[in-house]
Amino acid sequence: MEQEKNMTFVDRIWKFFASVKLAIVIFALIASTSIVGTILDQKAEPAKNIQILTKLFGESLAPSLYNIFDKLGFMDMYHSWWFTSLLGLFALNLIICSADRLPRIWKLVREPLGPLTEDNLKKFPMNREFIVKGKPDTVKDSVTDALKSTRFRFAEIKEENGYQLYAQKGNYSRLGVYITHLSILIILIGAVIGIRFGFKGYLNLPEGDVSHVAFSGKDKALPLGFEIRCDNFDVEFYGASDMPKEYKSWLTIIKNGKEVLRKSIVVNDPLTYEGITFYQSSFGLVPDGLNRGIFIFNVAPAKGQNSTINLRFGDTFQIPGSSVSGKIVNFSPALKIDENGSASTYANHMDNPAVLIDFFDAGKYKYTGWILKRHPQTWQLPDGNRVEFHNYWGVEYTGLQVRKDPGVWIVYLGCIAMSIGLFIAFFLSHRKIWVKLVEEKNNTRVIIGATANKNRTAFERKIDGSISILNKKQEGEK
Amino acid sequence: MESSVFFGLSTMAYFLAMMTYITYLAFRKQQVGVLATTLTIFGFVSQTIAFILRWNEFSVLGGMGFMRSVPLTNLYESLIFFVWCLIAGYLIIEFKFKNRSFGAFITPIAGLALAFIDLTGVSKEIEPLVPALKSNWLLAHVTMSFIAYAAFSVSFSTGLMYLITKTEKRNELAYIFWTVTFGIFAVVFVAMGIDMFAFKVAVKPDVFVQTYLFKTSFFNPSPIVKIVSWILGLTTLFIIWRYGLFLKKVIEKFNVTADMLDEITYKSIAIGFPIFTLGGLIFGAIWADQAWGVYWSWDPKETWSLITWFIYAFYLHGRMIRGWKGKKVAIVAVIGFTAVIFTYLGVNLLLSGLHAYGGME
Repeated sequence: MEQEKNMTFVDRIWKFFASVKLAIVIFALIASTSIVGTILDQKAEPAKNIQILTKLFGESLAPSLYNIFDKLGFMDMYHSWWFTSLLGLFALNLIICSADRLPRIWKLVREPLGPLTEDNLKKFPMNREFIVKGKPDTVKDSVTDALKSTRFRFAEIKEENGYQLYAQKGNYSRLGVYITHLSILIILIGAVIGIRFGFKGYLNLPEGDVSHVAFSGKDKALPLGFEIRCDNFDVEFYGASDMPKEYKSWLTIIKNGKEVLRKSIVVNDPLTYEGITFYQSSFGLVPDGLNRGIFIFNVAPAKGQNSTINLRFGDTFQIPGSSVSGKIVNFSPALKIDENGSASTYANHMDNPAVLIDFFDAGKYKYTGWILKRHPQTWQLPDGNRVEFHNYWGVEYTGLQVRKDPGVWIVYLGCIAMSIGLFIAFFLSHRKIWVKLVEEKNNTRVIIGATANKNRTAFERKIDGSISILNKKQEGEK
Repeated sequence: MESSVFFGLSTMAYFLAMMTYITYLAFRKQQVGVLATTLTIFGFVSQTIAFILRWNEFSVLGGMGFMRSVPLTNLYESLIFFVWCLIAGYLIIEFKFKNRSFGAFITPIAGLALAFIDLTGVSKEIEPLVPALKSNWLLAHVTMSFIAYAAFSVSFSTGLMYLITKTEKRNELAYIFWTVTFGIFAVVFVAMGIDMFAFKVAVKPDVFVQTYLFKTSFFNPSPIVKIVSWILGLTTLFIIWRYGLFLKKVIEKFNVTADMLDEITYKSIAIGFPIFTLGGLIFGAIWADQAWGVYWSWDPKETWSLITWFIYAFYLHGRMIRGWKGKKVAIVAVIGFTAVIFTYLGVNLLLSGLHAYGGME
């Protein structure tokens, strides 16, 4: 108490920030406030959160609750001033708490072990005492032999009537906690660098288009410093279902008018150029698709050569070597034909692209039919010719996430440090052992004292194992 | 052989083991104990075979490499794997502490989880993977998360048992805490069971939770049923609070000491926490970074993992404060697991209903 009174103001503040109690209060605060942000939709339209609050608290309370939560910053709480300060406080607590304890622990780690008195040894929670036949000189070797399995490197000193052996292992394991604490700071620094010097954006790039910017928030343009072009986009489905198996964009990077990089990207395999990374994230149809799309057909006449043709909506084409011609009259990105035979579009994605073609023979109307990209059996015409629908290019856009984050490597470094720190802190232990050999009537009394800051029972079992080896050996010598 | 045959075998074995462990607790016959252990090991081996077979089926069906097709991509598969980890954890404890008493607590959790799967009709079909899940991180991230969840659920049971053995007075905070927690778990399980039997619906779990959960009881349209359910629920809580000390006597018969319970609670958290940090948070962040370009986006699942992480960090640091060791941190361990349940199930089942995610993603 006396000591506390004599503390200066700075000491008090230091002590406050270095305390574990503050740490757990911060843990509790971060954890409990974070819950609110998982219930309220972050950065959403007000209507959405009013709806959520209505579901939870009823219609009468929802609007006023919304206002209270909104004032407190809960609609974007993880970026609010108070949550950021909470994280700052957490960091400060980590720094001061570690700075406060580290010197003491460092001393403990570096401190060489010394011999102890018999009384001290007996005070350890792990201590053993037994008599071994023979003088300490000979017993010493068999003791170190028996303790070999513990893999200690013993120091030894000669004492009055015997020896003392002592060793420690894993003294650096006490630093595991501080490595973990440091790693959290590294991650936070990495995150701050990412926020300060990086950006997050998106880019919906139609097939064939080139862009020199990405967008963030409400269409704020972020210059890339180069150009990116989407050469093609394609979705692969599972069997006949509409469940996408993979979606792929073929991208080209253009710098100063020259193509410098080509790569096809899928989800989980992005493209990085000059620190900016493009992630495959979504896809969709371009609004004015019909004006810009190009149908790619492979036409195979009953007799004669195949040929690939590119057409636009409304175009007419001739099947080579025949008098048959076709005219594209309709298109559906996702065609469904019900029992009555009427066709409709069921999705606003290219789930089942189909094109309706009127066929003519020598200028005379013959028939009309849907040709579906995903169903080759529809490619065969009754007159033996084939029209293969391969692609409708230019009508889809690829949705890209665009990110620049110079801090990410620091975050990863922090993650590695954290893994190492946690491994050391939880799975390695600091073990110390002293073995005292005292001569007693031509026999030797052995006193063992040991400590471990973790998993004491395992250490105890190991020591007992060594003792029983020693005893067995003795019996064998009898 | 099909994986489902072996899954059936393991479910049966766990249920039989559960009954045998309870019999063992009652009669303390060595042979009964050995039988219980044998049944559990049998169930575990069948489940392991089933898991590997399903893994292979998945790989063949999806046309993907073996390492990328770990069958852990939906609720059904993850629950099964959770049970597998839990049983593995239990068997380790049984052999390490030479004590079968926990079996009567752990095998019911395994049995209930499997029954939940059967009753809710969680889809057992092998579903093709959405593109975002096609990653080498799937295996490490998901398996490690579940190993940690299993370790945390062990700490939950032992933490609760610790509180039961350590509390004596009905007005004590720790006593009220454990009786209420225990009571809520019991009431929720019973109410859910009634829902399942009443509606006999085989729908997806999120649909079940949003449309049917507690509709026979607490959320019933009829006010009478509603009021009666609430009264019954609260009465159950009261009864558990009033007669909770009886459970203390039962546990004291198990040959488990409070120190041992405290040690198991700490050790399972000491194993679960680093595995959860690495596999759940770090690997999850790296994967998110690769798939979406953000290693942390404060989405509900991420945030709940972080909440869980902070609660267990609270536990680990709380142990260092004088006077906190024992009952206070045991309460934290119990709260920690409720956060785990929320991270694992609540986010998908409850919050998704509030947010009603739609569209392609």
